Amino acid sequence: MIVAGCDVGSLTAKAVILNQRSILGTAVVKSKVDPAESAREVMNRALMEAGVPSDSIEYCVGTGYGRNRISFVDKAVSEISCHGLGARWVLPSVRTVIDIGGQDCKAIRLDKDGRIQKFITNDKCAAGTGRFLEVMARLLGVTLDELGGLSRGAKEPLALASTCTVWAQAEVVHHLNAEKAIADIAAAVNHAMANRVAILVNSVGIERDVCMTGGVAKNTGVVMSIEKLLGVKMKRHRVDPQIIGAIGAAVAAQNTMGGKS
Amino acid sequence: MIVAGCDVGSLTAKAVIMRDREIVAYHIMRSTPQPELSARTVLQATLEKADLEAAAIDYCVGTGYGRNQIPFADAVESEIACHGRGAWWLLPSVRMVIDIGGQDAKAIRLDEKGNVIRYVYNDKCASGTGRFLEIMADALEVELEEMGSLSQQGEEGVSISNQCVVFAETEIISLVNEGKALPDIIMGLHAAMAHRVAALAKSIEIDRDVTMTGGVAKNGGMFRALERALGESIVPMPADPQINGALGAAVIGLQAGGKGW
Repeated sequence: MIVAGCDVGSLTAKAVILNQRSILGTAVVKSKVDPAESAREVMNRALMEAGVPSDSIEYCVGTGYGRNRISFVDKAVSEISCHGLGARWVLPSVRTVIDIGGQDCKAIRLDKDGRIQKFITNDKCAAGTGRFLEVMARLLGVTLDELGGLSRGAKEPLALASTCTVWAQAEVVHHLNAEKAIADIAAAVNHAMANRVAILVNSVGIERDVCMTGGVAKNTGVVMSIEKLLGVKMKRHRVDPQIIGAIGAAVAAQNTMGGKS
Repeated sequence: MIVAGCDVGSLTAKAVIMRDREIVAYHIMRSTPQPELSARTVLQATLEKADLEAAAIDYCVGTGYGRNQIPFADAVESEIACHGRGAWWLLPSVRMVIDIGGQDAKAIRLDEKGNVIRYVYNDKCASGTGRFLEIMADALEVELEEMGSLSQQGEEGVSISNQCVVFAETEIISLVNEGKALPDIIMGLHAAMAHRVAALAKSIEIDRDVTMTGGVAKNGGMFRALERALGESIVPMPADPQINGALGAAVIGLQAGGKGW
């Protein structure tokens, strides 16, 4: 049975084609202004990679901020459910999922059967979301992909006292004017980001295993700082953390079909 | 007796010189990166306007974020105390002062003698501070000083759903792209910011009369938006609302000198 999951986020759209336990195709594209268009494009690419025609998809679940604007989905499922399902599909032992997206951050706690016990979302404040890192990367003149790795080269510990992205920006400018090393400032940015995320995670409580999903999970500096702050090691996995919401959507599709047959 | 009040803020420095119970001169300038230099420069400019020598000042009180770096201050006072005292001196019936500065917002409740009973302030989040309007003016490519008059040409404020400055900035750019009229967007921004400041003031309970101080009080659109958000009319300051902190510092100086009372 071939199913699909499509996760249309604020910055990127992701799609996954699943056949039983195997991933046939995946795709990630930058979101367009129109979520419906992003969904169509990312799904076409995933189908191409999988080498299957669109009519072979028996069921498709949509998720993410644009989930209600996707014309071809059979059902829309919340991001929280999909991230929980996806993380568990990748790592069956996972009990806490930390998802950091482009404009939000979520902490989700699952029980031993994978049911959602507790969750919390921040999408009100840019601090602690991918947006914070985006603003800071631009200020430092590095790409978002480079920012994470810079932490490793840090020598002098610097701190950002402000939580607010706007005030922290002023602090970064101050450090730049004082000719502090980019790596040191980057490490402070990644640490400030981690600090904010750790507060959110602690408010739902941590249970092992812990894993990270969403694009920011690729930022090694942020991941290391979160591990230090929470006192846990993240459970690593081989799947691109950015597509875990889409995998969860595909799993939701399988579950729906399974329930029918 | 000649006293001076010097308020070194994050964005502007203000000084007021009083002879007995009269304001002789005042000056407002943009702060330099060194609070000490800002303090010296603003006092010098005020002395020149008053046609006085520095030696003529009997007593000087410093306040504001840079208050501990004013070399010539005989005493320092908190911003809260100074804003309360300044407003009470100009408007004895005032029981609540709402001060919106460049990087913070405060609500202060006073007794009939101008003493502070309760206060609350926000300097953690840029939303609800002057910085919010500054960033939005930049994004809309209008002068900060024009925001008030532009908003008053608006017919119906556009509702702004984001509170965070970073997210709201993106939101208004899409509103511009959607073809929404600039005055209506600015009206919406004022309403959003007023809502935030009103929530702060309501947290310590509103008491009449209410006045508004700080640079943002010069923005007529914001003044009216705050009246609407509070459901109260606001008594306008009979002097430049931006010098209220420095004025309060001078009044405290008068009282400390034991004269003029």
